[in-house]
Amino acid sequence: MTLKLTGAQALIKSLELEHVEVMFGLPGGCILPAYDPILDSPIRHILVRHEQGAGHMAEGYAHVTGRPGVAMVTSGPAATNLVTPLCDAYMDSVPMVAITGQVSRPVIGTDGFQECDTVGITRSVTKHNELIMDPDEISLIVRQAFHLATTGRPGPVLIDVPKDVLQAPVNWSWPTDDEVAASLPGYKPNVNGHPRMIKEAARLISEARRPVIYAGGGILKARAAEVLRQLAERIEVPVVTTLMARGAFPDDHPLCLGMPGMHGNYTAITAMQQADLLIALGTRFDDRVTGRVADFAPEAKIIHVDIDPAELGKIRRPDVPIVGDCRRVITELVRALEPLEQPDRTEWRSRISGWQERFPLHYDPPSDGDALKPQYVMEVLRDSAPEGTILVSGVGQHQMWASQYWHFNEPYTWVNSGGLGTMGFCVPAAIGAKVGRPDRTVWAVDGDGCFQMTAQELVTASSERIPIKVAILNNAYLGMVRQWQEMFYEERYSEVYLSPDLPDYVMWAEAMGCVGFRVESPEDVGPTIDKANAIDDRPVVIDFRTDQREKVFPMVPAGASNDDVVVHPSQKPGGERLVQ
Amino acid sequence: MGASPTHQTLSVLVENKSGVLARVSGLFARRGFNIISLAVAPSDDERFSRITIVIDVEETSVEQITKQLFKLVNVVKITELHPADAVERELLLTTVAAGPDKRSEVIELVGVFEGKIVDVAPGQLTIMLAGHPDKLDGFEELVRPYGITELQRTGRVALPKLDRQAGPRLRIHAREKASVHVDIS
Repeated sequence: MTLKLTGAQALIKSLELEHVEVMFGLPGGCILPAYDPILDSPIRHILVRHEQGAGHMAEGYAHVTGRPGVAMVTSGPAATNLVTPLCDAYMDSVPMVAITGQVSRPVIGTDGFQECDTVGITRSVTKHNELIMDPDEISLIVRQAFHLATTGRPGPVLIDVPKDVLQAPVNWSWPTDDEVAASLPGYKPNVNGHPRMIKEAARLISEARRPVIYAGGGILKARAAEVLRQLAERIEVPVVTTLMARGAFPDDHPLCLGMPGMHGNYTAITAMQQADLLIALGTRFDDRVTGRVADFAPEAKIIHVDIDPAELGKIRRPDVPIVGDCRRVITELVRALEPLEQPDRTEWRSRISGWQERFPLHYDPPSDGDALKPQYVMEVLRDSAPEGTILVSGVGQHQMWASQYWHFNEPYTWVNSGGLGTMGFCVPAAIGAKVGRPDRTVWAVDGDGCFQMTAQELVTASSERIPIKVAILNNAYLGMVRQWQEMFYEERYSEVYLSPDLPDYVMWAEAMGCVGFRVESPEDVGPTIDKANAIDDRPVVIDFRTDQREKVFPMVPAGASNDDVVVHPSQKPGGERLVQ
Repeated sequence: MGASPTHQTLSVLVENKSGVLARVSGLFARRGFNIISLAVAPSDDERFSRITIVIDVEETSVEQITKQLFKLVNVVKITELHPADAVERELLLTTVAAGPDKRSEVIELVGVFEGKIVDVAPGQLTIMLAGHPDKLDGFEELVRPYGITELQRTGRVALPKLDRQAGPRLRIHAREKASVHVDIS
């Protein structure tokens, strides 16, 4: 005899069977029936203040745990509020399952109250989406969603459930793995790299004089940090870690060159430019990394490993394309390299260390009376952070300083919005990260512009007792835009000024149940951070009043070649272009 | 057929589900790929439909288009049909102004192109013509001076040319998703 359930019960039961421990959401009309069985479910539901927050929390949770984040909201405006996090998760390949309510089946298409074409709207920002029209298919579609979100190239999957489907009686059954696979005849991700290609890659590596490993976020998605380290150490080849891959290779490792790209460090950028071989692993040649594509790493041959075949040759044609899961392919590659001798690369190494010595990250120490340097705040925050701290950021200057000045020595300790560049990501993503790793300290480094977009989720954090810590690098500006206007629009500042004390961030934080601090002078930075680190029962917000004139360096101007990287003015005597 | 063709035909087998056509056409729109024509019909297996898409390959590589198409979960199989290796056909229906003085001329033209008159009214003829799209273009051009009232074409459908020699058919490029072990945890 089959068990009789309502659609809503079947939905929540399916989530339980998919080992969902926590979901982020906000109820409303069409999703109402699904909120009733939550009262009896072991799944923890975190009530957000805005649906966008639910989506970013699910992402933050997924980033640090590797497990799919789950968000559940109602139809119409709630579904459209989820579009930004879905797109964010799609761009950064974050596993996520979103559930939205929909108007009842007979009402679909009639412009009913809170109706919108959710699957139509989210089609291009999800890996897949599905409108459930048959209540008996709820469990199958939930299983498909988790399977799709977590296998192959991970990504967000959305399930749209009409209200009457949630209320309908369901013949309960739980599909087997084989049934799930058979129900997706067009989905067969290729995880094993081609053996001949792997052999060819090993041969190219063993011939290269100036190789660089270009590690991307795919390393983290594939849980391949350990094998990446084996590979790098076996062949003694330096590694750059992109913004999405910070932590995939330890920053304190002698082979680590740090972050490449628009605001990467000089050595990482230049080593890639002058390489004769790029070993690109789980990365997609993003424009923020390549600069002008035609001039990117002009002498380099390319080995490109990615689980998504469409990435191979999308931007740069690889000499050796390998479709597969990074962990499996790198493991095989290390094996294929075993019998091969590596050439002497002393000269390459000494060139690299020359750049490292000549062009370290640099900022001018403050003169008397100067406002706080944001880089200094980052350094103190880094040096006083407890072991294993997870760092989360928003988008803009503070994000770049966070990535540049932190020392990432462990995977899954960095959460940010890379591909979409979503301002407002930081606070909710940090909450999701803390929910996923309650044992870790979570520091959210945010800009004042970003913070204002989603700060209300600190109410969620306070009421759910999720003690994250927020450092606002408050320069009273949309800082990155200001930087571009200063450098490329002759200092004509248009609509970028925000004010340092409107809102009053300390009062705002306290109104939301957090502890609020303000720091204006360098000697208060350390003690206040120590105070924040000692608080573990509430969220903390520190308003750091930072120098608005500070710019992010190095910088490759948009559309320029990576050869034209602009270093800090003090490193560029006479202002002439650097030549090697 | 020496010069490289500016178009290519993709025969795409998709799951017969609602919204699949929107997924395919949405992908083309979002990635900036150009569609020259598109025809959809059920296949011999009711679980699947076949979408025949003629794509502009001057701007984007066929490879990138097929790879992106493959990422759609509902796309099961893609066959690339190079014009030289495919039999391509299209159907045209047109209503042409043909008064008593011109009617026999038009009928003669239809005869030359092996078309059919499928409807007649005083002063008008409706003509059906099936054939290679180039042939349809030629007919359209010749019949235009008489006055086309309405014209509709179906978009092309295509099948691979049969191989008259034994052995593997090398020039047809069918890509089926690799069937490999899939972990479902």
